[in-house]
Amino acid sequence: MTTPVLEIRNLHARIEEREILKGVNLVIPPGEVHAIMGRNGSGKSTLSYVLAGREDYEVTEGEILLNGENILEMEPDERAAAGLFLAFQYPIEIPGVSTMTFLKAAMNAQRKARGESELSTPDFMRAVKEAGAQLKVDSDMLKRPLNVGFSGGEKKRAEIMQMALLKPSLAVLDETDSGLDIDALQVVSKGVNALRDGKRSMLVITHYQRLLNHIVPDVVHVFADGRIVESGDKDLALKLEAEGYANYGGEAA
Amino acid sequence: MADYDIPTLKEEIDRETVDQVLALDVDKYKYGFETLIESDVAPPGLNEDIVRLISAKKDEPEWMLEWRLEAFRRWQTMDEPTWAKVHYPKIDFQAISYYAAPKAFKGPKSLDEVDPELLKTYAKLGIPLKEQAILAGVEGAGEPTGTPFSGNVAVDAVFDSVSVVTTFRAELAKQGIIFCSISEAIREHPELVKQYLGSVVPVTDNYYATLNSAVFTDGSFVFIPKGVRCPMELSTYFRINEKNTGQFERTLIIAEDDTYVSYLEGCTAPTRDENQLHAAVVELVALDNAEIKYSTVQNWYPGDKDGKGGIYNFVTKRGDCRGTNSKISWTQVETGSAITWKYPSCILRGDGSRGEFYSIAISNGYQQVDSGTKMIHLGKNTSSRIISKGIAAGLSDNTYRGQVSAHARAKNARNFTQCDSLLIGDKCGAHTVPYIESRNGTAVFEHEATTSKISDDQLFYCQARGLNEEEAVALIVNGFVRDVLQHLPMEFMVETQKLISISLEGSVG
Ligand SMILES: Nc1ncnc2c1ncn2[C@@H]1O[C@H](COP(=O)(O)OP(=O)(O)OP(=O)(O)O)[C@@H](O)[C@H]1O
Ligand SMILES: [Mg+2]
Repeated sequence: MTTPVLEIRNLHARIEEREILKGVNLVIPPGEVHAIMGRNGSGKSTLSYVLAGREDYEVTEGEILLNGENILEMEPDERAAAGLFLAFQYPIEIPGVSTMTFLKAAMNAQRKARGESELSTPDFMRAVKEAGAQLKVDSDMLKRPLNVGFSGGEKKRAEIMQMALLKPSLAVLDETDSGLDIDALQVVSKGVNALRDGKRSMLVITHYQRLLNHIVPDVVHVFADGRIVESGDKDLALKLEAEGYANYGGEAA
Repeated sequence: MADYDIPTLKEEIDRETVDQVLALDVDKYKYGFETLIESDVAPPGLNEDIVRLISAKKDEPEWMLEWRLEAFRRWQTMDEPTWAKVHYPKIDFQAISYYAAPKAFKGPKSLDEVDPELLKTYAKLGIPLKEQAILAGVEGAGEPTGTPFSGNVAVDAVFDSVSVVTTFRAELAKQGIIFCSISEAIREHPELVKQYLGSVVPVTDNYYATLNSAVFTDGSFVFIPKGVRCPMELSTYFRINEKNTGQFERTLIIAEDDTYVSYLEGCTAPTRDENQLHAAVVELVALDNAEIKYSTVQNWYPGDKDGKGGIYNFVTKRGDCRGTNSKISWTQVETGSAITWKYPSCILRGDGSRGEFYSIAISNGYQQVDSGTKMIHLGKNTSSRIISKGIAAGLSDNTYRGQVSAHARAKNARNFTQCDSLLIGDKCGAHTVPYIESRNGTAVFEHEATTSKISDDQLFYCQARGLNEEEAVALIVNGFVRDVLQHLPMEFMVETQKLISISLEGSVG
C-alpha cells in the first residue's frame, strides 16, 4: 500500500482551554483532492492551523503524519519544507516587503532547509513569470508589498501563486474561493487544477459547492463540532447545498 | 539639547588655574616628549604633550597645534553630557592611548589566528577572503582594494589613526576634486582647512567634539570645486585596530556652488574585550545649490552577549546648508556599538535650503542607542524631512531624540517627521523624544510617530512559507525599514539587508 500524503489520527486540539478539534480522522492518498465543508465555527480553520503548526493551539491527543512522518514536533517552517502548504483564509500583510522579495525568500528558505542550493535569479524570474501569467498576477502586483492593499481576490490569487511556486506535496486551501468573482474563481481553479499531478494532494475547505464544480474532489467530508461526521463522493456536496447542515446536529451559527 | 556650552564664571576661573598648571607641565614633560616622538603608540593619558605629539607626528603647522591646544584647554573645563538615555561606567580618559601609527599593528599572522566569530560575520556579509584578511588586520595582507561595497567607489581607508590608502585620486584631481586624509589637507591645503575646519562644529561645541578637536588623528577631507558633480561615490572605510586606542576621526566636506557629492562611510570593528571610545566629528558645508549626500553604515563591535565590551560611539555630525537652495541629506544605518550617541544635524541657513535625515537604528543584546537629528531652520522657505526607524530587540534601549526648530526669520519653514519604532520581544525599550520649537508663525511642522511589535500572525505566516523564526524577523524588519533603505546608495543596500539580519541574530526564540 502506498503511504498516504496526509494521515490524521484521532486529533484533539484546544486553544485557551477550549477544545475545538475533537477527534479528527482523515486519510488522503497521493494525488487525491478532499473537500471539507461545515458550518461556521465548526473548526475547519483550526484544523488547517494545527496542520501548519501554529503555536497557539495545543494538541492534546492524536497524530498527524505527512508522507508517513509525524510532524507534530516540527516548527511551521520545517513542516513547510517537508511539503505542507496552507493557503490562508485571511492572508497576512507584510508591509515593506515586495511580493517578489517574499516569494524569493520563501523559496530559498525551503530549498536551504532541504539542503538544496539557492535559486539563481534567472531561474526564479522564469518561475515567477510563468506562475504569474497563469494566475493573472501582474508585475505591478509583484512589486507591491505582500497583501498590503490587495483586494480580497488579489490576496487569494497571491496565495495560490505561492503554492504554485513552492510545489508542496500537500496543499490545504482554506476558503480560497470566498471573495472571488466569477472570473477570478475560474483563474484560481485553473491554477489549482494545473497543480494536480497524480501525486500532490489537496485539502480544500469551502462553503460553496460551486467551487467543487471547478476543482472536482475525490472525497467530500462534512465537518461538525470538531470532527468529520460524514464522508462521501462529490455528490455529498450537492446534497449539503440543498439540505444545509441541519442533519448534523447543533444550531446554525 | 544642551550642545552649546556657555562658559560660567566658575569655568573661567578653573580654566585660568588649569592653564597655569599646564604651563608647568610642559617643562616638566619636555624630556618625556622627546622619547614619545620615537614611539609608534602613545602611552595612555591625555595632556598637552600628547596633543603636541599628535601634531608633531602629523607634521602639522603651528596654527593647527594652537587650534588643538585651545580645544584641549577648553575641554578640561567641560563636563561629560548626561542628558542622553544611555548608561555606562565613567570613562577614564587618562587610561586611553591617543595615538597609534599603523606600522605598530601587531596583527594576527594569518586568517587562522583571527577570531572565527569575526570571520563568520565577514562571510555572512559576503566580504571576499583577501578583504577579510585586511579587515581582520592580518599582517602582510596588504591594503584594501576597495570597500566590501564594491562598485564605482573611491576609498580613503582610515586604519586607526593614519590614513593608509587613498585611491582614485588622480581621476578626481582632474576635475579639481580634492579627496585626501585630513592630515594631508592640513599640510597641502591649509587655506581651505583654516577657513572651514570648526566652522560647522565649533571647537567648543560639546564635550566629545572638543575632545576630538584636541586629539583627532585622521579622517577624510573632500573639496568639490564650483560647478562639479562628483563622478563617483566617495567612501571611507573605518576600523579600529589598536587595542585601547580611542579613535577620533575628523571629516570635513566642502561642496562649493552648484556641486553634488555622495559620500559613504562604512565601519566594522573586530571583537574587543574592553570598551573603546570613538568620538568622531564630521562637518559638511554646502554652498549655493550644492548637494551633499552622506551615508553611514555603522557596525562597530556591540559587545558580547552578556553586554561586556563594545564601542562607545559618541559622534558629532553636522551639516551647514550655508548657500541658497543647498541640500544636505544624512542617511544612517546604525547596527553596532555598545552605546551610540549621535545626532547628525542640518543647519538650514541658506534660503530655500533642505535637510534630510533617514535613519535605521537597530539595537539588540545590551546595546543602547540614543540617536536622532536636529533640523535648525534659519533661512526662509527651508524644508526638512526626518524618517527614523528604530528597532529594539533583546535587552536593548533605543531612543529617538530629535529637534526641529524654526527661528524668527525662517518664514515658511516646513518639516515632516516620521518616527517609527518596532519592538522585538518584551525586554527592550523604544522611546521617542521630539523637541519642536517655532518662533515663526508661518512654520508648519508635522510629526508622526508609531510603535509596533512584530505580530504573531506575521511571524506564523512567514514561517508557514518556510522561513525560520530568525529569517522571518529579518524579513519583516527589512520591510519595516524599506522607506529608509531606498535612500542608501546601491553599493550599500544589499550589504545592509544582510547586516540587518546579522544584527538581529539571537533576538527571538
Ligand atoms: N483564540 C481563540 N480563542 C477562543 N476561541 C477560538 C479562538 N480561535 C478560534 N476560536 C473558536 O474556535 C472555533 C472554530 O473556529 P474556526 O476558525 O476553526 O472555524 P471555521 O470552521 O473555520 O469557521 P468559518 O467557516 O467561519 O471560517 C470558533 O468557535 C472560534 O470562535
Ligand atoms: Mg475558517
